[in-house]
Amino acid sequence: MAEPYFPAEPLRSEDDFERDLHTEHQILNMGPSHPATHGTVKFLIELDGENIVNLDIQVGYLHRGFEKECESGSWYQCIPYTDRLNYNSAILANIGFCLAVEKLLEIETPERCQWLRVLAGELSRIADHLTRCGAACLELQAMTPFLYGIEARELAWDQMEILCGARVTSNYVRIGGVKHDMAPGFAESCREFVARTRSLLKDFDDVVTSNRIFVDRLRGTGVISREDCLKYAVTGPILRSTGEPLDLRKQEPYLVYDQIDFDVPIGEVGDNYDRYLVCVEEMHQSLRIVEQCVAKLAALGPGPVNVFDPRVRWPAKGRVFNRMEELIQQFKSVTEGPRVPAGEGYAAIESANGELGFYLVSDGSAVPVKVRCRPPSLINLAPMAGMLKGALLADLIPTFDFINMVGGECDR
Amino acid sequence: MEDHGSPALRRLIEKLPDAVLETHARLGDATAVVDRARILAVLLLLRDDAQLRFEMLVDVTAVDLLPLVPRFEVVYHLYSVAKNHRVRIKARVPEESPAIASCNAMYASANWMEREVWDMYGIRFEGHPDLRRLLLYEEFVGHPLRKDYPKERRQPLVGPEN
Repeated sequence: MAEPYFPAEPLRSEDDFERDLHTEHQILNMGPSHPATHGTVKFLIELDGENIVNLDIQVGYLHRGFEKECESGSWYQCIPYTDRLNYNSAILANIGFCLAVEKLLEIETPERCQWLRVLAGELSRIADHLTRCGAACLELQAMTPFLYGIEARELAWDQMEILCGARVTSNYVRIGGVKHDMAPGFAESCREFVARTRSLLKDFDDVVTSNRIFVDRLRGTGVISREDCLKYAVTGPILRSTGEPLDLRKQEPYLVYDQIDFDVPIGEVGDNYDRYLVCVEEMHQSLRIVEQCVAKLAALGPGPVNVFDPRVRWPAKGRVFNRMEELIQQFKSVTEGPRVPAGEGYAAIESANGELGFYLVSDGSAVPVKVRCRPPSLINLAPMAGMLKGALLADLIPTFDFINMVGGECDR
Repeated sequence: MEDHGSPALRRLIEKLPDAVLETHARLGDATAVVDRARILAVLLLLRDDAQLRFEMLVDVTAVDLLPLVPRFEVVYHLYSVAKNHRVRIKARVPEESPAIASCNAMYASANWMEREVWDMYGIRFEGHPDLRRLLLYEEFVGHPLRKDYPKERRQPLVGPEN
């Protein structure tokens, strides 16, 4: 009969069970193509059981040479590229780029144009936040709220389509204006959109916000402190979820945000649940802004949506066909594009993910010397390794969702 | 040296007069060109001075001014949440020794942005703990945002050998 096994010394703690076991850290590759990493990013994870010991984030799989392409075309040719940065909220990138070029040109756009830009930008912000919250639910195995979110996003994109003819990559903003004024009936459909989206957000809220599983997966995961956010230059909903009310729309009001009444929601502890709540409240605030824009545009009445500046605008067609000077000007505008005075300028807007800045350098020619996009997606992703040290592998998914890294903007 | 009404430039000129080479505030952006060797002292002053408190290093990038000498400019954008003001710091870097001190220890955000500048312009950040390429892959030859890198250049196909 075999002797029963007794350890030589009494077991003192749980660790002693593993004393003679051979354990080692496991390396796990997640991505670059993984269903939960919308956009291509690779995580090289060192695991101790289920806990993350080390995390190396490898970005760049979607690098398309944004800056190099911009530096080899005209200023106008950059605008469609900016659409393809954050494709969830393309108009915000359009606006950021055009504001930076307008800063170099020292031009002020007409009031109506500014209200249209704010309206289009807030529609984009709603679409972006809906994608973030919806996709997060989907990746936490909740299909229904995802569909509510996506329905609302489709409605937002319908409004985009009525406004500028395209749903996703809209290319609506121009240097010194916008492509065209809104179509007749747009104001009415916008009001319907606001009402419908409010009801969908209510449904979303009912299913998710106090759902036990959802709350358990989000609360206390992916925590970051305000100090770490500042050290890592993290902006947007992540910074606001830590209680810091930094929103460039309030801090450095651009366009007409100083005339608009809206609040900046903040969180308390900086975990994923706070980020979710901040995003949802921001959507409600954006709906308020949309309503104010629609009312203001109706009150303003018809007016110009582009500056009258021959450096950036084409002359009227009637003049081009009948007069020599305008014909030459049109020819130069089309073949060469606008010339931007030599200098450098940085303009930043509050995009859905945080501070989206453009640093432009011109030597006075029609081709930019430097078009730097300061991508919030990339910079907000950097502290993720620290946020997840020691956390469970499963916490990586909601944390990554609420950081909302968008490949197009992160890798450019 | 003029401070153009910017508190950041005024303090810089007051505290580190020998480090500041030029200042301007064109288009409302307060800008100082500083000595490359003093960049860490400048950034430390901007971060820790009680009147300035630039807690955020918002952006690090570089510009290739090819025909000009020195060829590169490394550009830092800083923002203060407490004081709600901005400043731009530039340091000129020559082509022969494309290197500057890393401010990673001061600002954690510099880590990835300095890697990107190394990746795109080939400017070394001395003292950086992990200066790998950020967006491109290790086998990539050259630094594509340099003006003498042709846009059409093909790169060798990399991957496992059969």
